[in-house]
Amino acid sequence: MTPVLDLVPIWTLILGLAVFFYVLLDGFDLGVGMLYGLAPEAHARNTIMNSIAPIWDGNETWLLLGGIGLMAAFPVAFAVIIPAVYFPILVMLLALVFRGLAFEFRFRDAENRTFWDHAFCYGSGIATFAQGTVLGAFIQGFPVVDGQFGGTSFAFLTPFSVLTGIALMFGYGLLGAGWLILKTEGEVQAAARRHGRVCLVGVGVAIGIVSIWTPMISPSVAARWFTWPNMLFFAPVPALTALVAHAAWRALGSRAEATPFLAAIGLFLLSYLGIAISLYPMIVPYQLTLWDAASSPRTQAFLLVGTLFLLPVILTYSGWSYWVFRGKVRSDAGYN
Amino acid sequence: MSFDPVLLSRIQFAWVIGWHILLPAFTVGAASFIAVVEGLSLKTGREVYARVSTFWTKIFAIAFGMGVVTGIIMPFQFGTNWSRFTSAGANVLSPLFAYEGLTAFFLEAAFLGVLLFGRKLVPPWAHFVAALMVALGTLFSSFWILSANSWMQTPAGYEIVNGQFFPANWIEVIFNPSFPYRLAHTVIAFFTTTGFVVLGVGAYLIRRDRAPAESRTMLSMALWMLTVLVPVQIVVGDLHGLNTREHQPAKLAAIEARWETASRVPLTLFAIPDDKAEQNRYAIEIPYLGSLILTHDLDGQVKGLKDFPADRRPPVAIPFFAFRVMVGCAGLMLMLVAVGGWLRWRERLYDTPLFLRLCQYGLPLGFIAVIAGWFVTEVGRQPWTIYGLLRTTASVSPSLTTSDVTLSLLGYMAVYLLIYPWGLVLMLRLVRKGPMEVADSDAAIAAGRPAAPVLAPAIATVKGDAR
Ligand code: HDD
Ligand code: HEM
Ligand code: HEM
Repeated sequence: MTPVLDLVPIWTLILGLAVFFYVLLDGFDLGVGMLYGLAPEAHARNTIMNSIAPIWDGNETWLLLGGIGLMAAFPVAFAVIIPAVYFPILVMLLALVFRGLAFEFRFRDAENRTFWDHAFCYGSGIATFAQGTVLGAFIQGFPVVDGQFGGTSFAFLTPFSVLTGIALMFGYGLLGAGWLILKTEGEVQAAARRHGRVCLVGVGVAIGIVSIWTPMISPSVAARWFTWPNMLFFAPVPALTALVAHAAWRALGSRAEATPFLAAIGLFLLSYLGIAISLYPMIVPYQLTLWDAASSPRTQAFLLVGTLFLLPVILTYSGWSYWVFRGKVRSDAGYN
Repeated sequence: MSFDPVLLSRIQFAWVIGWHILLPAFTVGAASFIAVVEGLSLKTGREVYARVSTFWTKIFAIAFGMGVVTGIIMPFQFGTNWSRFTSAGANVLSPLFAYEGLTAFFLEAAFLGVLLFGRKLVPPWAHFVAALMVALGTLFSSFWILSANSWMQTPAGYEIVNGQFFPANWIEVIFNPSFPYRLAHTVIAFFTTTGFVVLGVGAYLIRRDRAPAESRTMLSMALWMLTVLVPVQIVVGDLHGLNTREHQPAKLAAIEARWETASRVPLTLFAIPDDKAEQNRYAIEIPYLGSLILTHDLDGQVKGLKDFPADRRPPVAIPFFAFRVMVGCAGLMLMLVAVGGWLRWRERLYDTPLFLRLCQYGLPLGFIAVIAGWFVTEVGRQPWTIYGLLRTTASVSPSLTTSDVTLSLLGYMAVYLLIYPWGLVLMLRLVRKGPMEVADSDAAIAAGRPAAPVLAPAIATVKGDAR
């Protein structure tokens, strides 16, 4: 059985989508988690928590699907990247434990509610920062020796990865603010608009710095963007980014309820695209291409059968959950 | 033995999976138990069953939430600490893990909300179906995970190219030689574990005279189930052992602390195995019984550890003692079940204080046996991660230093030691309240999970704010 079909592009697409869904979905609820810490009184907190309580679990599952998907479709990449970001992954997982338990324990354990409030807010922030450093370390690239990560466990920690860590906190914050504007009203919404603007400034600055810094640390990225005629093809990406950022700023200041969230999604989509343009076809930047890292055709084919059946079902179901859950949430009953 | 990255990574893996497995050990059985009680409730319409189900669903929700957060940690371990194992084995193993994630996620996500949200909002049959589907989801999880683990124990259906394993035949991979036995033995173990939890809680509630009807139902149902399952488990365990003898003889020799190959071997009840001197100290043995149990033949030959080069033997003490702990638990379980049966026959099941107290003490038996059994299995597989083919020392991530893994291990220890006791306290609090006071109404955000979309219109109507 030698499949005639090259499944690598299909898996690239599936994995690309899974990671993007994760970033978007858990992104906004991690962002909501961080903004939660800024809401001082219990009433607002309940509203904020209720706005994601029914969906966060499904969102986080995309992390799992992304992780196992990477292991299944591109095992060599998984084996290089994950040990290289040993500590950020550790910190992220532990932070997610606290954050995940906070939903339930906060509700069951009234005496210690303050502790679980903190667990929720700091857990969200720390997990986000850790994910951002993973992104930074990924863009910097990893030394590969004999198909394994050849550096040390602290090599991930550089000014660049710290910057991307902070950038992602602003980014998720912006998504979270967009979500809260969509789902809440009154005081909570007004606060989300203010926080959203702060985050947007942070995101703008961060995108700017990263866009200048990345070509400086990587000649191949520089070549990708700053040679003719690529420059022409890719020019719309930065132009659109500026446009969307501008729209986001205006929407945050207006009465628009859906636009801030949509604009935030747009910014993430464009940044994601930018990274993809910079790195394609590398999955371990500057070292291994998607085809170098892919699993055997038989492995990919076996898993594809089930995935093509289950993924649409999962997507439809998730979409349906969001549809049913549309509209504003309140603090008293919330989704109760 | 020094604390190098390999040993520390092994300890770390054992630590995170050992805690994780405690939750499936309860939730897999609990999901099925709830489904059965729901079925009875649907059929008889009796309130008692509805209350029993609600009560256990609440406890299930906490355990399940913890199972998910500790479960998410697991697959990342393969990348962080066992990257060379991953590059070698992922072509074969990763689809099995992925199918676990996909199928279980699908079933659980879709139906968990309905189950947790409570029966008032959906027709009884829908609630029953939801319970059934959640139970199925947990069983699918177990199926795939145990298939993966069994393949590491008894690899089949693969080919090796450049030190990497590639699938040759998926059916042979999935249904590898030890899988049927491991699946049966583990799933029965999970049901048994849940059975003893229900039995213990039922006995506690009877002694406190809380919810007499409900607590008697729990005690009685659990006892019936255990009466069947405990003996079956002992038979299946025996078959599992025969299978191990065939495919992993060194593991079996370690379990029995048998050094010399011989026939008509005795059964070693107790000993202090000495790896260096290659012999046992202070052995207490029963003649011939070893051959009889291990080969089902008085003259049967049992391989000894000395038949294997020293670098292909597992450590002896841990499998040896852990196995005896597991079998000891089985013995205690059997005694409890027998006494229970006798009391039931004499119609004194619910009013023999000593027996009720014993049931309470028996609550952790299943958990202890499960952990002990897994230590037999995993330590007995050493020094391999893929039996006979890939060494544990060749599996660990090359970049890790001793201090890296020490740090991460300390992190995992601190967090687990905080959350597990905490979760336990919350569950105990529910138990103390009993089924009469655990109401159905506070379920909405339990476990932070949604009411399933199907429910939303119903909920909106109940709350009186039609959309
Ligand atoms: C309630 C739990 C429980 C009970 C009462 C027993 N076991 Fe068990 N045993 C397990 C729970 C378990 C387990 C945790 O589920 C293991 C670990 C891996 C596996 O396949 O099942 C296991 C492993 C395991 C192994 C190792 C197989 C291998 O790794 O190759 C053997 C030989 C037995 N069991 C045999 C027995 C016998 C002879 C028992 C009774 C006298 C027994 N078990 C009772
Ligand atoms: C699908 C299920 C499982 C897989 C894939 C798996 C895989 C592994 C791997 C990769 C290791 C590290 C290498 C080694 O030391 O052998 C390991 C070790 C270990 N695992 Fe498992 N395991 C599974 C189930 C379990 C369970 C349920 C337990 C329950 C307690 C367990 C207990 C251990 C222990 C104690 C070790 C350390 C062995 C030693 O130090 O000698 N494993 N396992
Ligand atoms: C290396 C071994 C293991 C890995 C990688 C692993 C992974 C996971 C993951 C990722 C989850 C969360 C899934 C969700 O979102 O619902 C989970 C939960 C679960 N796992 Fe594990 N697991 C391992 C060992 C085991 C074993 C040995 C079993 C059973 C035989 C098991 C049974 C379950 C079940 C039933 C759940 C659902 C939650 C629960 O009931 O507590 N897992 N596991």
